[in-house]
Amino acid sequence: MYSRYMGLSDIDSPMLNRRSDKEIAMAETILSMENITKIYPNGFIANKNVNFELRKGEIHALAGENGAGKSTLMKVLFGEEQCEEGKIFFKGKEVKIDNPLCAIKMGIGMVHQHFMLVPSMTVAENMVLGLEPEKAGFLNKEEAVKRTIEVSEKYGLEIDPHAKVKDLSVGLKQRVEILKALLRGADVLILDEPTAVLTPQETVEIFEELKRLRELGHTVVFISHKLNEIKEICDRITIMRDGRTIDVKMVEEVSEQEISRLMIGRDVQLKTDKTPAKPGQTFLSVKNLSYTDAAGQQILKDINMTVRKGEILGIAGIEGNGQNELSELVTGMRKLRTGQIRIGGEDISRKSVREIRELGVSHISQDRMTYGVVSDAGVADNIIADRYYRKEFKKGILLNKKKICEKTDQLILEYSVKCDNREQPVRMLSGGNMQKVVVAREFSSDPKLVIANQPTRGIDVGAAELVHRKLLELRDREAAILLISADLTEIIHLSDSIIVLHGGAIAAYFEDVKQMDPVELGEYMLGIKKMTREQIGGAVHEQ
Amino acid sequence: MKQIVNIIFSTQFFYSILRISTPIMFASMGALITSRAGVINIGLEGIMLFAALSGVIFSAVTGSAWMGFLGAVATGVLIAILMSYVALILKSHITLTGIAINMFASGSTVFILYLVTGDKGISSSLASKVMPTVALPLIGKIPVVGEILSGHNILTYLSFLAVLFTYILLNKTVIGLRIRAVGENEQAALSVGAKPVKYQFIAMLISGVLAGMGGAYMSMGYVSWFSRDMVAGRGFIALAAQQLGQGTTLGTMCATFVFGMADALANNLQALQMPSEFVQSIPYLTTIIGLVVFSIAKQRKELKRIRENNQKAV
Repeated sequence: MYSRYMGLSDIDSPMLNRRSDKEIAMAETILSMENITKIYPNGFIANKNVNFELRKGEIHALAGENGAGKSTLMKVLFGEEQCEEGKIFFKGKEVKIDNPLCAIKMGIGMVHQHFMLVPSMTVAENMVLGLEPEKAGFLNKEEAVKRTIEVSEKYGLEIDPHAKVKDLSVGLKQRVEILKALLRGADVLILDEPTAVLTPQETVEIFEELKRLRELGHTVVFISHKLNEIKEICDRITIMRDGRTIDVKMVEEVSEQEISRLMIGRDVQLKTDKTPAKPGQTFLSVKNLSYTDAAGQQILKDINMTVRKGEILGIAGIEGNGQNELSELVTGMRKLRTGQIRIGGEDISRKSVREIRELGVSHISQDRMTYGVVSDAGVADNIIADRYYRKEFKKGILLNKKKICEKTDQLILEYSVKCDNREQPVRMLSGGNMQKVVVAREFSSDPKLVIANQPTRGIDVGAAELVHRKLLELRDREAAILLISADLTEIIHLSDSIIVLHGGAIAAYFEDVKQMDPVELGEYMLGIKKMTREQIGGAVHEQ
Repeated sequence: MKQIVNIIFSTQFFYSILRISTPIMFASMGALITSRAGVINIGLEGIMLFAALSGVIFSAVTGSAWMGFLGAVATGVLIAILMSYVALILKSHITLTGIAINMFASGSTVFILYLVTGDKGISSSLASKVMPTVALPLIGKIPVVGEILSGHNILTYLSFLAVLFTYILLNKTVIGLRIRAVGENEQAALSVGAKPVKYQFIAMLISGVLAGMGGAYMSMGYVSWFSRDMVAGRGFIALAAQQLGQGTTLGTMCATFVFGMADALANNLQALQMPSEFVQSIPYLTTIIGLVVFSIAKQRKELKRIRENNQKAV
């Protein structure tokens, strides 16, 4: 295994690389993990003989589908998990990392997706927590502030040491986490999907910060799904699949398509073969819908639209422009106050969520963990969550276990859910498989209207492809589909017509996606352009 | 009505507020420290009851009020250790553990009282001591203020020191910083090497000391005997005061005084032939009203904050 890396480093030699000055700095290996095998107590093998190598001063992408073993590998590196086999070498010496403190002491820092910060405390207090400067048991606040300013100036990451963490934006909180790791002397910094929570501007900023860290000789591990970001900022990439390292490459020598192929082991069908839609009768109609939230903020402004049977209407827009509220109003999860929503001709304003579902509505929520699954319950229990009360799953007042098992097994097979058995708690599954459970439930109830809100967010390409295929199947079976997504590729490839939401109002309507210019779509999304009332009026189809 | 006003604006009334607030003050500081560490010490009630009994017994046996006081504090710590061990180390549910401690205290204090005195209701046959009262120099001579502030039991003054201690501990010391970190984001504390269980244990111990002092005051200051279930919900009122105080030391102290005032009012109104059932329910009604008002205020504040943020975003 190791020899393969030797071979690779030949390719990486300065002669073949344009950025030779950086390459020289990168030549030194700062960390290597060899033949790491990690088996979880439940028998799941998360890492099989994985090799991972970092060079000093590089930004190294760690890519792979959900459940490919990236997180596990980093947990082993950061001491959060112990591996069964394998060795870790850091700065030339073999090391044993028993816990995160151990890793921090050596100079390995990690920024988790969920920040490890105390909201009510100031930035300075958070910075020094655990290694507080003290005078006879009393916290030396001036010293804490001083140290914060020192490290912030050294790395050019500006922060107000006196600000309370709860008042900071997500981007600044992340900056505090990075500074915290740097204060503790981190030479290697692991970032777990750092851009997932950031706005585009914040993403630009953190990229600048990471480049600065690289210049100062720090090594960064960048865990990500986003291939364009990897292309933009990373030097090398390690690709994992099914718990193994598949390949290590120079980022500038591989295309996004190639990375994607290596990640899922087959060519992604980026373009779904789609037949033209045959729209039928209007099934969902939204009239003069406005919504103001508890804080008095107007979220939706006079929305008029319809979704017909047998078509996919896509809602495009930058997140936070009213998409979630719209989907929650249609599914009855929010109380409708102004305007009218009719599903299959029936007014839903006084109906409960179940009554709305009984009209043939399925809902994939964007918040999978809260509204999609009961994470502690098993696969079978999650599957029957919307239908346990129906006759076919009951035997008198008790549940008909046999029927439930049959149905679950059939769906596990049909949607290829990777799980140990039907009783396995859903939280043990990877994000993609969890979503497959949600989709299996929502799509198998023979829905007439599907509200799919970010249906493929954070899941692997394989699972996303399955969701896309199933959505099209449903459309061809005459279901009306409302697809909400921040992923433009997804919206463009799946939708028949598209509505753009901007600032809670409809900014544009494209009757035929094939004749739409994606650049123009972007301009409507960003609020640069807005269609006239007449043009938008096309979104309403009378019966 | 006039009589009520006369009562409220008398120096004796304010004096009695301080006197009555003392045990709640100790307990609410204990509640505050534990809640900042992320554990709800429901067992304060039981700890106080145990401490009240052991204060009486220790002082009767040794003939010294101070030995009785130390005995009470030691008992408080002991019960807190027992609770912490079961809840934090053996991982039983903290609320259930607290309830168990309270029921255990209610029953076993009567049992012990019976073993020691042969009486199941009151310890009056024991020659127990009372903590001394202190006439404040200088302040005691000021009219009105002196009458209110001076001449209290020494433990009442100690309860003010307890407030100061709590404030300094939580806001100025490293231990306090870590206690707060553990209570607010356990994972964050853990990730920088502050072991949650350790700091929760420390907080429980301190609350044991404070509740022990509160218990000692009940039987060796407020009155001079132990009677069954004499703590009468003060441990729970302390928890409510801590809630009302929004987790701040000063707020908790003020909330404690509000409850103390309600209690003092109840005591005085009883003399005016008000129905005793109504009068006795005043402190508890105050608790409920206080919590409701607090929750509404908090919601409003939260909404305002959201609105401001939204405006900023726009």
